Amino acid sequence: MTAALALLCILLAGLSLMAGPVWLPPADVLRGLAGGEGTAAIIVTDIRLPRTLLALTIGATLGLAGAALQGLVRNPLAEPTLFGAPAAAAFASAVVLAFGGASALSLALPLAGMAGAFVSVALLFLVAGQRTGIIVLLLAGLALNAFFGAATALVLNLAPNPFAALEIAFWLLGSLEDRSFVHLALAGPFMALGALLLASQAKAYRALTLGEEVAASLGTDVARSRLAVAAGLALGVGAAVSVTGAIGFIGLVAPHLVRRAAGSDPARILLPSALAGAALLTAADTLVRLVPATTEIKTGVVTALVGVPFFLWRILRIRRAEEGA
Amino acid sequence: MSGLVLDRVSVSLGGQPVLHDVTLAVGAGALLAVVGPNGAGKTSLLRAVAGLAPYTGTMRLGSEMLGGGPAAARARRIAYLPQRSELAWALSVRDVVLLGRLPHGDPFSGATPQDVRAVAAALDRLGLAALADRPVTELSGGERARVMLARALATEAPLLLADEPTAALDPAHQLAVLGLLREIAAEGRTVLAVLHDLTLAARFADTVAVLDRGRLVAAGPPEETLSDALLGRVFGLACTRVAIDGRQVPIPLARL
Repeated sequence: MTAALALLCILLAGLSLMAGPVWLPPADVLRGLAGGEGTAAIIVTDIRLPRTLLALTIGATLGLAGAALQGLVRNPLAEPTLFGAPAAAAFASAVVLAFGGASALSLALPLAGMAGAFVSVALLFLVAGQRTGIIVLLLAGLALNAFFGAATALVLNLAPNPFAALEIAFWLLGSLEDRSFVHLALAGPFMALGALLLASQAKAYRALTLGEEVAASLGTDVARSRLAVAAGLALGVGAAVSVTGAIGFIGLVAPHLVRRAAGSDPARILLPSALAGAALLTAADTLVRLVPATTEIKTGVVTALVGVPFFLWRILRIRRAEEGA
Repeated sequence: MSGLVLDRVSVSLGGQPVLHDVTLAVGAGALLAVVGPNGAGKTSLLRAVAGLAPYTGTMRLGSEMLGGGPAAARARRIAYLPQRSELAWALSVRDVVLLGRLPHGDPFSGATPQDVRAVAAALDRLGLAALADRPVTELSGGERARVMLARALATEAPLLLADEPTAALDPAHQLAVLGLLREIAAEGRTVLAVLHDLTLAARFADTVAVLDRGRLVAAGPPEETLSDALLGRVFGLACTRVAIDGRQVPIPLARL
């Protein structure tokens, strides 16, 4: 399963290096990667490679974040997007873009994104409290989403010039267009650190299968796990959003896709879920380059268009299961 | 003495005292039934011993104090089975029982021979060996309750806390589980079980502790503690007695 997903990621990465306004045959891609010269090589290494690598790492971060959050709150509907973390990260990044005078290539952007995500995750756990069901968590997430959405709109309103506002508006839609190795260098270490934090709690997700009390009686420090996941989500999702804008639903879809094959064990699905997330985002980002349109369709739009019906379908299945029970 | 000793243990929930100055000693090798009307503080007592509710007073298990110390060390010494068991994911019976080995390491990435043996023994004792590979979510309520008990047994802790372990079980399995708890106690472990069924408590327990509105009102051998006077005063019940296994076991007849 894991090996098959890794292979899929490699294949999609290859496709992603070939696809674009100019189709490059595999031979050109390989020559470019091997340090060859010429236009094709420049397209591959300077334009497409950073984009592909970002799609893989950000997708993996989002897939892992979804699986980790689901493990922590013990519910397959949990998703960072639904809990307001990306909205908060986007708000903080938008503030920096609009008023900070920072360029989209400064370290201030991922730092703001992570701070925003951390505030929202901390608020969520603070408001929802311990031992709350998914309904309370979702309602708290809904409130945070609405709040940070409105705050972001306010930033757009007050943005010093209309061009900045337009830039932010497009950035918010979520895209990997024109991203470079600088972005990867800025966000990569934070995403790696976030992933380590999220993965470090694998044993806790497993123990939490039996509820917080039993997990605690089995020696799990539930409060510390919560903090580690909050920090991991803030680092990973915050850094990812500060590079791409809001890309939603990968964290919901990826764990679900792998659960049937990898089993329900919340620790065993972490790696497959990260790989599935990487594959999903790389596929979505390749797809937007293949759709003929005057301006490139935003990747975040594609993931939401696919993710939202999927989410509704999940709810429908849960409703049916409850009616059947 | 070995076993569990509680000295003036009090518990408050949200500023409201729910357990006052409970002083109690249970020897190793004994099955203690905690009984009392609804809201008497039975679950609070178990949660405090499990380290899940803050308390004042002291607790000792064998020669060591409870409370404080690393969580993993406590988890190896105390297995806790709550009243209502949650199960978030469709794990197999074997994997759920394997969770009971978490205090000893990470049995999922590398199960030691001891992990394997403990899980097999727990499955076997609860008659679950044939169901080991089934997802727990597909089992009946009673089977699920037995899986959860097997999980608690797999820890092989010297102290087992079970909150209403017979609640979801049919009569035959209630007898089987209480017989099993007595067997476990006879191996030298201490077992605390919250029970609502006074007949079963009197029949199986070595010691019965009666809680009423947060206070321990009686503790001792069942024949002494579950007197007609106490059953009337605390439970509001009139009982008749039947001799089972040489014990005079109360059977509730009517509300007083």
